[in-house]
Amino acid sequence: MRTTCRIVERVAETPSTVTLRFRYEPAAAPGQFIMLWIPGDDELPMSLSYLDGSVKGVTVKAMGSTSRHIQSIPEGAWVGVCGPYGNAFDLSPRRLLVVAGGSGAAVLAPAAEAVRHRGGTVTVALGATTSTELLFAERFRAMGASVHLATDDGTIGHPGFVTAVAGSLLESHSFDAVWTCGPEVMMRKVVDAANLREVPTVLAMERHMKCAIGLCDACAIGPYHVCVDGPVFPAAKVATLPEFGTFQRDASGRRIYRERASAPAR
Amino acid sequence: MGDLRVNLAGIPLRNPFLLASGIWGESGESLVSAWRHGAGGVVTKSIGAAPRAGYPNPTVESLDRWGFLNAMGLPNPGIDEYPREIEIARAAGVTVIGSIFAHDAREFADLGRRMAATGVQAIELNLSCPHAEGLGAEVGGTPAAVEEITRAVVSVVRVPVIAKITPNTSDPAGLAVAAERGGAAAVSAINTLRAMSIDVRLRRPTLAHRLGGLSGPAIKPVGLACVWQVFEKVKIPILGVGGIMTAEDALQYVMAGARAVQVGTAVAFDGIEVFDRLAPDLSALLDELGIETLEEAVGLAHELQSVPNSRHRGPDVLEAARRGAPTGNEPRRAPRT
Repeated sequence: MRTTCRIVERVAETPSTVTLRFRYEPAAAPGQFIMLWIPGDDELPMSLSYLDGSVKGVTVKAMGSTSRHIQSIPEGAWVGVCGPYGNAFDLSPRRLLVVAGGSGAAVLAPAAEAVRHRGGTVTVALGATTSTELLFAERFRAMGASVHLATDDGTIGHPGFVTAVAGSLLESHSFDAVWTCGPEVMMRKVVDAANLREVPTVLAMERHMKCAIGLCDACAIGPYHVCVDGPVFPAAKVATLPEFGTFQRDASGRRIYRERASAPAR
Repeated sequence: MGDLRVNLAGIPLRNPFLLASGIWGESGESLVSAWRHGAGGVVTKSIGAAPRAGYPNPTVESLDRWGFLNAMGLPNPGIDEYPREIEIARAAGVTVIGSIFAHDAREFADLGRRMAATGVQAIELNLSCPHAEGLGAEVGGTPAAVEEITRAVVSVVRVPVIAKITPNTSDPAGLAVAAERGGAAAVSAINTLRAMSIDVRLRRPTLAHRLGGLSGPAIKPVGLACVWQVFEKVKIPILGVGGIMTAEDALQYVMAGARAVQVGTAVAFDGIEVFDRLAPDLSALLDELGIETLEEAVGLAHELQSVPNSRHRGPDVLEAARRGAPTGNEPRRAPRT
């Protein structure tokens, strides 16, 4: 059932990322997502970036026209919320490595907080294009995580990809689990590095999504559906699929390969 | 165990439970998954001539246990790209029925020819989507159009052609008669019922397309009535669709006249695992009722009902049955014990 909620707070997190908070009572677990409806525009799946208590939040990166529209929603405006949907992270790891690229930190931050709350240690490898785009670096520090940064332009931290930072952390420290969210090419490298150390990796996946209830097949990946079997998957389930990092389906269900122009179907 | 194998217009089905069109079916792996979970076959997403993104979200509105409203807008990768998904399913041995939609009889014939070339066992004509401009029910809403389109496809393919008719009309059975006249090998009834919902705080419809279609338990009585009426008017087999959640729902459709059924909304409620239990449950139910094969249950509810004066003689009949004496009201094919 869809609930109509008012936006109670809007926070600009980075130049391209905005958090919207709204009152939404249903309990949710870290990893789960909602469908956020912008009346008159569209409805998108959004991981919950804040989910303790009745005021929940999503953190939205400017990608297409609808996500830009979402970012401009003022406090007091109405939105529609359905959910929470999907599965959640298993919070049992005691020594956790989090590898977040771009807006991947939105789903990983609340999950890492929950692990800290249970007494686990959290190490974070956080990457972005530039220093001002690093999402939730302060939030990770505030929860008591050890935070290691990487930026493509070298404005702060390791100059280059966050996967290099993750690789050296995996060499120098012992972890029970690696959680990662970001572009699939990035997650592929994280999975490979963790496999070398035999550390189990868990991925938060993203696919084009429509119904969110396992009916329409839009978010199919191999034999799974991201909306009901995910979005949280053990790497062993999805990183071995031929389509992982290779193609995604567009709104029409066409396979869009990474090297192919992604003209949307009309 | 009750024998669930049925012959649907020449297609042997291992059981009568088919995955309904529009549910899953965008990827070949999903079709295989439905089959591995026990579906007797699958109907693909409706495929058109070109890739189609469908409508913006919200495309689905949950109505709790009643079912769902949806206005997906016929998203599909198009007939150029979709055959490779069918190939994945065919390679796994899945019984595949290819669904197609088009704007007119000529386009239907062209798509039908191309769909048949993929190796599907049958073609289902989407003459009934309730929320697509110039498509679905808008082209298949009259007997004349149903007959013309059916004939156009039947004349260019060798596989059986199934017409899926709309309930959003005063005479659904008339559409089935037209399909039979056009050469359809079978008819599917029903598609979703035109429906909508409104958010009072936002003062607007909740579906982006405003109008959509209602599926799920709420429409089962409507589907049963349609199948009942169609059974009395046509000789071709019927696929019952609409709100089938359990084996007993399916048997109701069969007794109303369906030879096979399609399952859609139940996949959202119970997951694809619903197919794991439907066939064994139906087999057990047939045993319980003393019915040996599903085939002999087709249309069974019409037979007792057709005995003259049975309504008035009801108590006598029951009393006679208790004594094991002939009542004069025996159905033509009495349940065997």
